[in-house]
Amino acid sequence: MDRAMIRRDFPILDQKVNGKPLVYLDSAATSQKPRQVIDAVSKYYQEDNSNVHRGVHTLGSRATDAYERAREKVAAFIHAPSERQIVFTRGTTESLNMIAHGYARKRLREGDEIVITPMEHHSNLIPWQQVAQATGATLKYVPLQSDGTVSLADVEATITQNTKIVSMTHVSNVLGAVNPIREVAAIAHRHGAIMVVDGAQSVPHMAVDVRDLDCDFLAFSGHKMMGPTGIGVLYGKREVLEQMEPSHFGGEMIDTVELFQSTWKEAPWKFEGGTPIIAGAVGLAVAIDYLNEIGMDTIHRLDAQLTSYAMERLGAIADLTIYGPSGERGALVTFNVSGVHPHDVSTVLDSEGVAIRAGHHCAQPLMRWLDVAATARASFYIYNTEDDIDVLARALETTKEFFSHAIR
Amino acid sequence: MQLDDLYRQVIMDHYQHPRNQGSIGGETLSIDLKNPTCGDEITLQMKIEDGLVTDVRFTGTGCSISLASASMMTEAIKGKPVAEAMEISEEFRRMMKGEEFDADRLGDLESLAGVCRFPARIKCATLAWHALERGADKKS
Repeated sequence: MDRAMIRRDFPILDQKVNGKPLVYLDSAATSQKPRQVIDAVSKYYQEDNSNVHRGVHTLGSRATDAYERAREKVAAFIHAPSERQIVFTRGTTESLNMIAHGYARKRLREGDEIVITPMEHHSNLIPWQQVAQATGATLKYVPLQSDGTVSLADVEATITQNTKIVSMTHVSNVLGAVNPIREVAAIAHRHGAIMVVDGAQSVPHMAVDVRDLDCDFLAFSGHKMMGPTGIGVLYGKREVLEQMEPSHFGGEMIDTVELFQSTWKEAPWKFEGGTPIIAGAVGLAVAIDYLNEIGMDTIHRLDAQLTSYAMERLGAIADLTIYGPSGERGALVTFNVSGVHPHDVSTVLDSEGVAIRAGHHCAQPLMRWLDVAATARASFYIYNTEDDIDVLARALETTKEFFSHAIR
Repeated sequence: MQLDDLYRQVIMDHYQHPRNQGSIGGETLSIDLKNPTCGDEITLQMKIEDGLVTDVRFTGTGCSISLASASMMTEAIKGKPVAEAMEISEEFRRMMKGEEFDADRLGDLESLAGVCRFPARIKCATLAWHALERGADKKS
């Protein structure tokens, strides 16, 4: 598969920013969208738009079919046993909050434990703080190794018979560390806990099989995998979805409504109160088609190649610190340039047309663990090329030069 | 977009050699402020006596723009009546919005005028000023 050919599918990349060709290296924040997805969303609004699960008319059926076919497509993509285990949400954050509030909050008691790690994104951290505060359960952290990975021995030592929930990111959005989810899930299950996985950074970049991981919940976002913003997914095993209570009440999700009580539909529909994100689901389905056409194994290989090239190029720049493991990692490199704040790095790179992320990456506890106020992050996807990395490396040299002159 | 418009020599000087950095000892008016989107932090301390800002110091972490802005702010308001400090703050805000402003009143701070052409960086430049305004509110 040719990167240049893939790149042509992304109209947004063909532009100049500050007079320089755009080099988009912020896909871990949100990916760009191929023409196929943009066209599908536009076509849906031009030809099929209608509300779902209601009207008897033709457009209503078309919209409902498209929405439910998207659910089937997502199920097949992550190897879920049934499309009824796929709940459409607004994104990873909403998915994780639904688990925390609809499942955990009702079931946890004082003395129970929730186990997470210090590398979690705020969206897989604050909901658990909230659950712990509301229920009296204890929030525990698996410590990190010096390279930012977790060891199974530490996982084993942190999880106890009192642990009810283990929640972990599959791939860290800052360190790039890839966590051994299958093994952690096995340890969690041995202690009677359920396994929640934040797949925001893994599902877009590698083949994820929920049966192989044996996780109880998996949360991810459409917009990081070439789909539209506003659509996300919550996968759950049948039994946990049955036990989980809806967080949003209203239209679409009900079975019978009486004056003083109501009953819900079955999962997944009981979780989808209100008009769902129909066009988002349609766009996500086409994004999945696009990813499948290239193949997730090919995507993983392309991303890994580019990431190791970036590690090599950036690793050769003096006065640049790279964070996270040196071995297997997600498609991103987080770094700091000695003596230059990441905002300043980002502004200089932007003047060269290079878009990266600077800040705390919604991971303040991890920033404290790294003992930095903020970092810069370049993240990649299959539309990026080695040329992009070369431009980044040169722009970083320019940054260093600019600041050494400016500071003198 | 010209980087030199943003990173003027005087900004780099304040970034490298911040004025009035540190803490005022003892009981004093102290404001901690964070920019939650980027993690920049500032602690601004002021001694206000008879309506005058007799001492002002800051500590914090941040980029060149936020630290230089804080450093220049302390120089601009030290020894001035609180009311005048607030007027300078107003003037600075106008400059950040790209509106007409009185350059004489801002002195060195005028070097930050280029920031308004870098929308993502305006918050960096205004952090210390938010702390100042909060401090003045606390005092009054």
